[in-house]
Amino acid sequence: MKHLPVFLSSFLFLLSSCTPAPKTSAPQTLTIMTHDSFAISEDVVKAFEDANHVKVVFLPSGDAGSMLNKAILTKAAPLADVIFGVDNTFLSRALDEDIFESYASPELQNIPAEFTLDPSNRATPVDYGDVCINYDKNYFAENNLTVPQSLEELTKPEYNGLLVVENPATSSTGLAFLLATVAHYGDSFTNYWQALKDNGVVVVDGWETAYYTNFSGSSGKGPQPMVVSYASSPAAEVVFAETPLDDSPTASILGPDTCFRQIEFVGILKGTKNRSVAEKFVDFMLSKQFQEDMPLQTFVYPVNPNASLPEAFLKYAQIPPQPATLSPADIAANRDAWIQAWADVMMK
Amino acid sequence: MYMGKQVDMETSRHENKASLYTCVRVYLSTLPLWFLPLAFLALAFFFPLSKILALTFLPSTLTPENLRNTQSVVLFTFYQAVLSTLLTLFLGIPSAILFSRFDFRGKSLLRALTAVPFLLPTVVVAASFNSLLGPRGLLNTILQSSNSLFLPPSSFILPPFIAILLAHLFYNTTIVIRIVGAALSNLNPKLDQTARSLGADSLRVWLNVTLPLLRPSILAASLLVFLFDFTSFGVILLLGNSLLSTLETEIYFQAVRQFNLPLAALLSIIQLLCTLIVSILYSKYAIRSTQYQPRSTPPLAPRTFKQKLFIVTLCSLLTVYFALPLASLPFRSLTRLEADRGQRGEVQYGFTTDYYEELFINRRGSVFYVPPFQAILNSLTYASATVILSILLGFPAAFALAHPTRLEKILDPLIMLPLGSSAVMLGLGFIVTYGKWLASPWLVPFAHTLIALPFVIRTLQPAIASIPPRLRQAASTLGASPLDIWKNIDLPILRRATLAAATFAFTISLGEFGATLLVSRPEYPTIPVAIERFLSQPGGLNYGQAMAMATILMALTTASILLIEKFRLPNASEF
Amino acid sequence: MLEIKNIFKTYGDNPLLKNISFKVGGGETVCLLGASGSGKSTLLRMIAGLESPDSGFISFGGLDLASTPPHLRDFGLVFQDYALFPHLNVNDNVAFGLKMRRMGRVEISERVANSLELVNLKGFGERSVNDLSGGEQQRVALARALAIRPRLLMFDEPLGALDRALREGLLNELRTILQKTSVPAIYVTHDQEEAFAIADRVLILHEGRIIREGTPADVWANPNSAYVAKFLGLGNVIDGVVRGMGKDGKWKVESEFGGFVVGCKHKHSKGEEVHLLARPFVEERNRWSSSPARAERTLSDSEVEVEASRDVSRPEGSNINTIQGKVADVVFQQDKYKVTLDNGLYVYMKDAPKIGKKIAVRVKVECLG
Repeated sequence: MKHLPVFLSSFLFLLSSCTPAPKTSAPQTLTIMTHDSFAISEDVVKAFEDANHVKVVFLPSGDAGSMLNKAILTKAAPLADVIFGVDNTFLSRALDEDIFESYASPELQNIPAEFTLDPSNRATPVDYGDVCINYDKNYFAENNLTVPQSLEELTKPEYNGLLVVENPATSSTGLAFLLATVAHYGDSFTNYWQALKDNGVVVVDGWETAYYTNFSGSSGKGPQPMVVSYASSPAAEVVFAETPLDDSPTASILGPDTCFRQIEFVGILKGTKNRSVAEKFVDFMLSKQFQEDMPLQTFVYPVNPNASLPEAFLKYAQIPPQPATLSPADIAANRDAWIQAWADVMMK
Repeated sequence: MYMGKQVDMETSRHENKASLYTCVRVYLSTLPLWFLPLAFLALAFFFPLSKILALTFLPSTLTPENLRNTQSVVLFTFYQAVLSTLLTLFLGIPSAILFSRFDFRGKSLLRALTAVPFLLPTVVVAASFNSLLGPRGLLNTILQSSNSLFLPPSSFILPPFIAILLAHLFYNTTIVIRIVGAALSNLNPKLDQTARSLGADSLRVWLNVTLPLLRPSILAASLLVFLFDFTSFGVILLLGNSLLSTLETEIYFQAVRQFNLPLAALLSIIQLLCTLIVSILYSKYAIRSTQYQPRSTPPLAPRTFKQKLFIVTLCSLLTVYFALPLASLPFRSLTRLEADRGQRGEVQYGFTTDYYEELFINRRGSVFYVPPFQAILNSLTYASATVILSILLGFPAAFALAHPTRLEKILDPLIMLPLGSSAVMLGLGFIVTYGKWLASPWLVPFAHTLIALPFVIRTLQPAIASIPPRLRQAASTLGASPLDIWKNIDLPILRRATLAAATFAFTISLGEFGATLLVSRPEYPTIPVAIERFLSQPGGLNYGQAMAMATILMALTTASILLIEKFRLPNASEF
Repeated sequence: MLEIKNIFKTYGDNPLLKNISFKVGGGETVCLLGASGSGKSTLLRMIAGLESPDSGFISFGGLDLASTPPHLRDFGLVFQDYALFPHLNVNDNVAFGLKMRRMGRVEISERVANSLELVNLKGFGERSVNDLSGGEQQRVALARALAIRPRLLMFDEPLGALDRALREGLLNELRTILQKTSVPAIYVTHDQEEAFAIADRVLILHEGRIIREGTPADVWANPNSAYVAKFLGLGNVIDGVVRGMGKDGKWKVESEFGGFVVGCKHKHSKGEEVHLLARPFVEERNRWSSSPARAERTLSDSEVEVEASRDVSRPEGSNINTIQGKVADVVFQQDKYKVTLDNGLYVYMKDAPKIGKKIAVRVKVECLG
């Protein structure tokens, strides 16, 4: 017990002394709390650091839900200055818990209104992704099957056992798909799920399992040729292919309401000591440089329409014309009930 | 000659000032030993956990509906844990017999292999099973090419419940092998011979003499396996097909998805209580002191046909069950599916070192890119720190437990609690208790030590207890001060057990058991973190790199385990 | 040199040692004799410093040892189960104490060699202690204790685990060594043969107290208590009631086995209960009869005399009385027979009488007090 303060303080000292000491004053540190899937290019980070004479430290904090939990639990003494990764399914909760400081970035004027779900600008949109059903092109070709184009078609007998989804309780991807069905069917979405269940839908707990163990179009070579994933996944398959490919082996089903739009937000945490730098960072996240970096890092779409997309995206990723959406307030109010209803149908 | 006071020649009164002194001596004499380990457990476990529970638990959560739902979750958790444990015993006990009684070629390697799954991240285990048994996996490919039989995809998908049981078996068999095996080696061979001379044949000897004597160790192993199965998280999450919810996954769901922290707290408390009960049972019935026998029953080469048949059958089974899935990992990391995008019928594997090479390229220029060498270095650094910390803390605790006073009887069950509590809640507890300090990378070894400590203690404890106290007394009368005794008696005798404990801590740290939920991952990521990162994105390259990193992890852990094998104290270690 | 004074020790509710006091002088071998559980091992451990008495003093050379930890007392202790260090070979075991005293390597190997020779284990140095027989192990334990040239040697039932022949042999060796080295020694055992063979002085421990102290010969001749007599197997202990004093100054005592006339140092009163010891050796001397020596005779069924009640004059101090009964058991004991009568009394005789025969023998009967 008596050693611990010595122990920890000496290591915190070590840690802090790891930063290079410039000839002028020591740079500030800006801490960004993110979820574990976050990625960003070194150059981009460096550009910001140099321009603002600041050191950026990232704090990966588990998945989005865990991260938000941690932020809420420590709001009296926040762990970071900025938090990135709260998405529209969790947005209401974040706002209700009042963890943000409001900031209206000048860059917002470039951003389409459909993304700014928080009129009070406590949460600023940064990127979006569409959760869509990916399918294995080869499988459908070989078996002479037509690709289903709508949610309804998924219940057809020829697709029995061919779809794998994730449990909305444990996977945000799965939750997104559930929300799509809710948006489409309203309160009778449970009937739809019953139909899916009768049609042999496979449920797993996480995206990793679904994609790499069950999906036939991935390197895992699983049994199901359809998986709930992201519209950008086909592009990723090309970018990260083992041998150069001239076409993506997978594609997305883009029928109405078959996809759900996830928007990710950034916010300045209440109580931050680095307000001005935090503001700069939010601006930076909306800037062209950052926005153009994101697609190949985290395979999401930039909200800034001026940001150009990489070629792989243009060729292989698709934007659904009619993604399903629900208001964050709606989601916050009913998520528990919806998941429970889903579970009642699927788990019994 | 000493200059001292002269003896008082007057007759002394028979004073009974014994009560306070004996009280202190009996109950608290081992307190100094407990200082460090208790302080650690308090800081790393009790404080954070109680803080988060106190913060979030509300009596209003005790609604009848909640309790009803909780009940079904608890029942299922018990059900799958009991079945898994039985299955593990079923495979584990014959395997323990195999390894401790017989000598055969490849024994060390096979034994090490059974222990590797214990230390692998679940996602890797799932991937390895899949690459072996999946429709496009090795097995199917081989069958295809030989019989031109393309088995339909569904034939190899196990019902999720069976998958969970088999995965638990995969993970935990090693525990039974080690605990029961250690007890077996420590049995007095004379008992065996006496029984035989009295007319019992081999089977009868096993049933009537050996197995009853093994009962405490079998019980100890079962309770430990049960504890792991009871709190199993990754396995249920990844393989359970999600229609089945255990306490642990339910806590995760409530806390992290539904933000229903009060309910999560309630479930945590229930889980803790169950763990405590199991832990108390373990303390009561597990073998504690076995007399240190420099001579153990040596394993022999098989002689009779029955013995040979036993060995061949069991070895084949173990090889198929353990070696093959694990071998498929390195295989997969070195092969590329040729023409995989084009035709689905023919699947060929081409040899490639691309994935390993790719590990060294930061293709996306990501700031989070982990050069494999760096990840390995980090893993090894953390593992070393964990070893030092857990040995430092474990030794005094093991010492105290080896010579239990009343204090130890209370503290003994508490040792196992960290293993049985929800990592999610504990992680949140860390946050609320330590806040900013969580950014320090040095908390990772702390979290690892929390998991490793019970293992270290349980490995050292029986070894220490098996040293006859007379040896220490003899040394004392010969002029050895307590420090001398430690250096010349305890340390040499405990050398092997210490090495085994250290290696255990090392490998547990490498495999990073759920500690990732506990602490924010700092900018010094480790191998399992790197694997998780690769698997969070689609793409063949990512998959391949994940396999490559997993292979590296496997190689490191297998090497460490082979080290344990080499230095294991054959009779006095529980693991 | 070693002085134990007023030692008390209680375990829980059980008072183990009550007011134990004795001394051990230089070159003396003192034996603590007592039944199992009588506290003798505890006493030894207290002297070694491994346990503390509840009260009392232990001093050596006049200096109180209370504050001296065991590793500084310079006492050697040989355990019954040898307590050899299994991870060290014979040489290292014997050298252990010397290593602890930070002696030079050359000196250590010299002393070890001497010690091993002393216990007849020359050449055993490199052997593993786990391979040795019981007797060899015990000798290594002895060598180990001797090597440090202790101020005091203590033995805790060292020969208990060995067979009879080995025990006797080792006992002799031990005695020789103790005489040679003239180290004061305390030897603890429950076997009176061992004790008497090796001790200069014997202390008998019973119910937490030392009830008899003296040289073996003295204790043998004058046990002074029924317990000691029984414990040492000196003969038949008979309970009786004093009837009165005879003209020759001897007491007449009546018991279930008949009447006896004994001389006694103590004063007794009529009606008092006393213990008598009837030694099992047949007395040849019988000056009270002019007829040829008939120390024993077979009684016919019609003779039911109680001879002792006859008023015959006997020389003072002879205490010769008769015990009689039917022979119930005869056991061969190398040079004599142990004849047990139906009333439980026994006697050693040269020739074995037939079982069932009534005999009467003259034996020495003493007063125990």
